[in-house]
Amino acid sequence: MLSVSYLMLQQYWWMIISLLGALLVFLMFVQGGQTLIYTLGKNDNERKMIVNSLGRKWELTFTTLVTFGGAFFASFPLFYSTSFGGAYWVWMAILFCFVIQAVSYEYRTKAGNFLGKRTFETFLFINGLGGTVLIGTAVGTFFNGAMFSVNEMNFSQWETPYGGLEAVLTFHNVALGLSVFFLSRVLGIMYLNNNINDEQIATRGKKQIIINGALFLVFFLFFLIKLILKDGYAYNPETGEVTMEAYKYLHNLLDMPVVLVLLLVGVVGVLWALYTAIMKESKTSIWYAGSGVVLVVFSLFLIAGLNNTAFYPSNADLQSSLTIQNASSSEFTLTTMSYVSIMVPFVFAYIWYVWKSMDGKKIDAEEMENDSHAY
Amino acid sequence: MIDNLDMSLVDWSRAQFALTAMYHWIFVPLTLGLSFIIAIMETIYVRTGKEEWKTTTKFWMKLFGINFAIGVATGIILEFEFGTNWSNYSWFVGDIFGAPLAIEGIMAFFMETTFIAVMFFGWKKVSKKFHLISTWLVAIGSNLSAYWILVANAWMQQPVGVTFNPETARNEMTNFWDVALSPMAVNKFLHTISSSYVLAAIFVVGVSAWYIMKKRDLAFARKSIIVAAIFGFLTSVYTIFSGDGSARQVASAQPMKFAALEGLYKGQEGAGLIAFGFFSTSESDPENENLKDFTLKLEIPNVLSYMAFLDWDAFVPGVKDLIDGNKKHNILSAEEKIRRGKIAIAKLREFKEAKKSGNKELETTLKNEFTSDAFQKEYFRYFGYGYITNTDQLIPHVPLMFYSFHLMVALGGYFLLFFVYVLYLIIRKKAIEKRWFLRLAIWTIPLAYLASQAGWVVAEVGRQPWVIQDLMPTMAAVSRISTGAVQVTFWLFAVVFTTLLIAEVRIMVKQIGFGPKGKGGNK
Ligand code: HDD
Ligand code: HEM
Ligand code: HEM
Repeated sequence: MLSVSYLMLQQYWWMIISLLGALLVFLMFVQGGQTLIYTLGKNDNERKMIVNSLGRKWELTFTTLVTFGGAFFASFPLFYSTSFGGAYWVWMAILFCFVIQAVSYEYRTKAGNFLGKRTFETFLFINGLGGTVLIGTAVGTFFNGAMFSVNEMNFSQWETPYGGLEAVLTFHNVALGLSVFFLSRVLGIMYLNNNINDEQIATRGKKQIIINGALFLVFFLFFLIKLILKDGYAYNPETGEVTMEAYKYLHNLLDMPVVLVLLLVGVVGVLWALYTAIMKESKTSIWYAGSGVVLVVFSLFLIAGLNNTAFYPSNADLQSSLTIQNASSSEFTLTTMSYVSIMVPFVFAYIWYVWKSMDGKKIDAEEMENDSHAY
Repeated sequence: MIDNLDMSLVDWSRAQFALTAMYHWIFVPLTLGLSFIIAIMETIYVRTGKEEWKTTTKFWMKLFGINFAIGVATGIILEFEFGTNWSNYSWFVGDIFGAPLAIEGIMAFFMETTFIAVMFFGWKKVSKKFHLISTWLVAIGSNLSAYWILVANAWMQQPVGVTFNPETARNEMTNFWDVALSPMAVNKFLHTISSSYVLAAIFVVGVSAWYIMKKRDLAFARKSIIVAAIFGFLTSVYTIFSGDGSARQVASAQPMKFAALEGLYKGQEGAGLIAFGFFSTSESDPENENLKDFTLKLEIPNVLSYMAFLDWDAFVPGVKDLIDGNKKHNILSAEEKIRRGKIAIAKLREFKEAKKSGNKELETTLKNEFTSDAFQKEYFRYFGYGYITNTDQLIPHVPLMFYSFHLMVALGGYFLLFFVYVLYLIIRKKAIEKRWFLRLAIWTIPLAYLASQAGWVVAEVGRQPWVIQDLMPTMAAVSRISTGAVQVTFWLFAVVFTTLLIAEVRIMVKQIGFGPKGKGGNK
């Protein structure tokens, strides 16, 4: 029997969290699409197709978010208690963005909805904008630190009165938030091109891919270059002491060449997808972009937490910084949950199977006419 | 750890949690039950191939979808609220609590989400059989999600399968199956889902009764009533049995809750069950405003003892025994528990000090002492009592508990009679057209919701002052944020959820108005 150390379990669970985070960012094509309903759809029929196309996927994104939260709670509870309980306003704002999304598809065109169709479309827009920018900015604090302290009983406290909102004062965080936003729009268009059979929407989409793709590249490259050049939060695995290390994240990439390769392959994938979408009007660019995004985000999470790096650093009290070792669940719990994680591939398999059977035929105007459950 | 704590922060946090949980619970029971009713209807459709059954299935599915969306909207808040508002609690229990939540996400929510898409949009895209399987999987998925969250809740009522680790200052899981299959969890699950099935059955009968009253869609309404009445009858019998089981669990794990829900102040052997009663405004105990006397009560002798311990003459401790102690029955007084809790806390502090000062030897000794069986059993068990400053804090709100519990039980009995009567009408092939009965069926819908909410009030308010029974009081669980912040979010939730609820109810009513043959109702 292979013996697995506590540290290996912690690393394994950090990888699962990273993977969930990566999938979440990819699935935010739903959010991106929601901000483009009026840009891509110029009449009711076109908008109806867009909303319905996104509406069959929104729950997948939502559930991934919920599971991401649940898995984070389960594997690194100290992060959950520290960040959520401290960066109160940031998380509450994110939650509100998702609460209003959850009803919008179902209620938008139903008779008697009393808020009106426009209100629900606005909800979708707020969700698309706020959800992506805020989550991106919050993840930025994994690299730039946050303002909390943890006492010897592992109870935590936030050291500013702004409940985490101070994260927006660090432009590096915001750059990540904006990258996620523009990326989600690019992904949204690519997804719609793949899922809807409509020339008008595709033509408008191409123009939007150019604009949003360019903005995404600007913010993302800024984020990435700054990340590679900046000091990072290292810890000593023996003593647990946290120190600043110059070029920490660059070192992480060099120390873990596999991650570097994943990152580069991912970047190439996204660039290739942009190229095919713009130059060849490809309908399948979403697959390259999607895989690329998953790889890039996955590797960013890995360099945030592996190789003796504090994944949630504290700027208020450096020694309070959270690492995968001091923030994790017990060995027993991680082991138990690792058995559960064996089911994940099975979950992927049925999701894939179901969508293959459902998306075989593209959405078109005719289908919208005849669908009794169309949104 | 809870120095200079602001009580109003705790109260606002509790209010916010109660508000959001109770909103969530408006929608969840219907989801749990209606998903099965739909699956049964679709099975009949696939078996018989009759189009009416398909129309019937699709109609209830539409109502299901409207309800489901808002259930999801209110659920996400709850999950994250553990972190945002109860962060100390999240750390203290994260090792146990997180696992069910994560499993819930991986096992249940993805199943629901994936197959719900087939259920709604797949009628023309997948085979009949695949569609039917999907509908069943939605039902199973939603009920599985209930299971895992209730495991977490049951653990708060009765913490099992863990040991406290002084190094990390938290409870760590030592036996997964003890947690996942604790009798408390199993019982809670069975009672919660069966009562939700009852609620959904009442919903279906009530809405169908409205069509009969309006003399429209009669065939459809009759079909729906038959399915729902059989389902409702069986599950309401079971709800009573499982409720009785819940009561027994409470009696053994949470004697104070049990005493409060019965309004039992002074313990008795062969205690009687108060079938109904009203509290007076005068105090039985001038020092505690919670302990009001009954002005009127109807008591059935010995039944309470039997209910709690399956023994007509067993001793049931009352509120006062649990506070003052009872030598004869081996019950420690609250003062004594507080004393022991303080010792446990002090020992933990001592250990932390030793660790800080680098005194390895003392550190090891203290750790061994702390984790020894004797210390765990005699002292650590009462850890949470160490935070209690006044023994009155240990008594939950008795009248609220008593009324909620008795309301739930009385309605449970009424629902059974209701279904028996509906079945009688169906079997005797009697017309269901009696107006008084149709009215009654419609008015039973809100009563089902009332019973269900009352059940949670019993379970959750009765747990006070504990967030984790005997180990962590609610006031130690709260996040250290400003009271103002919680007030703002409380009102935001109140406004947003109420608005969405109004939208939901109006959409629902409109859809019911369109009826099963209506053109879906999309503008
Ligand atoms: C339609 C709803 C409904 C009906 C008719 C009943 N219940 Fe119930 N009850 C619930 C809905 C519910 C619930 C909402 O599902 C609760 C809340 C927490 C829980 O575990 O289930 C609950 C809790 C609950 C508890 C507290 C459990 C705890 O504190 O952990 C007890 C003792 C009972 N029930 C007992 C009964 C009895 C003896 C009934 C006899 C008819 C009954 N219930 C009918
Ligand atoms: C206070 C603890 C609770 C938390 C943290 C919680 C969390 C959640 C979340 C996050 C969702 C949305 C899931 C999605 O993305 O689809 C949800 C929905 C759901 N929850 Fe809860 N929930 C709680 C209480 C309960 C209880 C007590 C039950 C059942 C006994 C329950 C049953 C369900 C069901 C069946 C759904 C899906 C259907 C619906 O939304 O109506 N939940 N819950
Ligand atoms: C959906 C059904 C539920 C309802 C209607 C409900 C109701 C309530 C109510 C009324 C309170 C306030 C009690 C008080 O402060 O006096 C409360 C508190 C709380 N409940 Fe529940 N509850 C539900 C499910 C759950 C579940 C499944 C969990 C855990 C898994 C849970 C965990 C809590 C926590 C942590 C608090 C706050 C601390 C406290 O006041 O004790 N609840 N709930």
